[in-house]
Amino acid sequence: MSTRTNRGIPEGLWMPCPRCKATLYKKEVQSRLGVCNECGHHFTISARERIDQLLDEDSFEEWFTHLRPCDPLGFIDKVPYAKKLEETQAKTGMSDAAVVGKGFIRGRAIVLCITDFQFMAGSMGSVVGEKLTRAIEEATRLSLPLVIVSGSGGGARMQEGILSLMQMAKVSCALARFDQAGGLYISILTHPTMGGVAASWALQGDLTLAEPGAMVGFAGARTIWNTVRLELPEGFQTSEFLLEHGFVDRIVHRKDLRTEVALLIDYCEHK
Amino acid sequence: MAAPLPFETEIHALEDVLKRLEQGASATANMSEEIKRIRRELSGLLKKTYSSLTPWQTVLVSRHPERPQTMDYVSMIFEEFVELRGDRAFGDDQAIRCGFARLGNSKVLLVGHQKGHTLKERQACYYGCAHPEGYRKALNKMKLAAKFHLPIICLIDTPGAFPGIGAEERGQAQLIATSILEMSRLPTPIVCVVIGEGGSGGALGIGVGDRIAVLEHAYYSVISPEGCAGILWKVANEETKPRAAEALRLTSKHLASLGVIDDVLHEPLGGAHREPREMGTTLKSYLLRSIRELKTKKLDRLLDERYNKFRKMGVFLEPREASGGKSS
Repeated sequence: MSTRTNRGIPEGLWMPCPRCKATLYKKEVQSRLGVCNECGHHFTISARERIDQLLDEDSFEEWFTHLRPCDPLGFIDKVPYAKKLEETQAKTGMSDAAVVGKGFIRGRAIVLCITDFQFMAGSMGSVVGEKLTRAIEEATRLSLPLVIVSGSGGGARMQEGILSLMQMAKVSCALARFDQAGGLYISILTHPTMGGVAASWALQGDLTLAEPGAMVGFAGARTIWNTVRLELPEGFQTSEFLLEHGFVDRIVHRKDLRTEVALLIDYCEHK
Repeated sequence: MAAPLPFETEIHALEDVLKRLEQGASATANMSEEIKRIRRELSGLLKKTYSSLTPWQTVLVSRHPERPQTMDYVSMIFEEFVELRGDRAFGDDQAIRCGFARLGNSKVLLVGHQKGHTLKERQACYYGCAHPEGYRKALNKMKLAAKFHLPIICLIDTPGAFPGIGAEERGQAQLIATSILEMSRLPTPIVCVVIGEGGSGGALGIGVGDRIAVLEHAYYSVISPEGCAGILWKVANEETKPRAAEALRLTSKHLASLGVIDDVLHEPLGGAHREPREMGTTLKSYLLRSIRELKTKKLDRLLDERYNKFRKMGVFLEPREASGGKSS
């Protein structure tokens, strides 16, 4: 992670925009779906806000909420991983970073998965991998379109070691079967989508959409700097950079996502 | 001769003494007694050191400059190698080598990371760090192999996929993502062996298969100990790197207990770099056995088992399904 500027919308009435530095009235930003009214900067938003924005009102049925993370490695950190999980769970009210389930988007049934940046930077451990895999298997069984909204600063979660890395393979296996069965998968990249998340499901969509200005890439800026010692070009690893290099179908403003996803689904029906 | 590993100074001293004695070979009875004694002492010392390597020491062994690499195994255990180059889009990445090969009576496709031994070769191979074109090349050749029902062998040995501007511009994440997904359904047997470093996504990019093995002193990890130390303690130094290596549970023993690999291949006394041929023999018989077993399976079953192998990976709690479970 090279930037820690946009960690969601801070507490209080007013908030600064990390991009244009304008002081923004929080309520107004919220009413604009978490987008700066001055420069269009997209703040990270929670999975709940995403569901409200994307899906028809009260149409979301959440799945697999009983899955809980644990500390299989007994990971040694300044704060033990088990404790960190407890604290993050208490702070966010979530059990882990992924929210999955079924809902309707302008009347079209879909399976929706979201990784929430608030929970350990949206990183992927066993629970995230398992929830996504189960949701994809359900989408396959129910023949429903699949939408995954990715946002993960860290990619694979270091604290679960190799098990996190293997979630990339597990989810990919499920997506391959979903594809084989003729399913439509729309991947939505949000700020930030990096590392192992980018190098697996986030870039395995039939269609890849990105919110403007999201940071998306494999290696973090610091790692690249440490390796090649070169100044990174302006706009490196942004949605626009990916579009220019051919890795994204469309950049879509948050306010248009719902309409665009519905539109794309209608083009990809088996009829 | 490469610089000795820090924990091997005593071993190297003994090896030197032994070498001098053997060269002096005026085989008096006394001398040969002395040689025998030192050999015994050396083997005891090797056994002691190598049976209790710390995770960080394991990482150092896995990176040993004289440790056999893909192209060394090509010359040691494959009867033939027909290299196939180029990704048909951008270039030919020397960090991943591909080619038809003959292993015993089996025709296979070999895919493997190559780090290089000489400085020149290392630079040409980017020290085993592949670019997007490497993964594209590997996948192209693997699809070709699947078309003609050739089993695939992947030898993994990379610190990680290359982190650079060109790599990002050309879609490092995209090519690894595509490779992982496609390998999960390639209709031919795939055997993957981590022969040295199993560095994160760069390793997994050619690491999805029906059998996953790790050499005894190789490692496989979600992040390098250096990267992990940098995140946890802000600095990667001689104190934090070993702590990170410990925390990550990256050794063959840990990997087996976490259920992410099928087999651990025993290394010769003192590591693969001491007896490359012996390591080659072990690897060859493992590959032959695995391919023989996998070839007997019907394709549907092979692919189902591959799916289920990865499907089971992960550790989490699942309390009795409450109202939050899926109801459909």
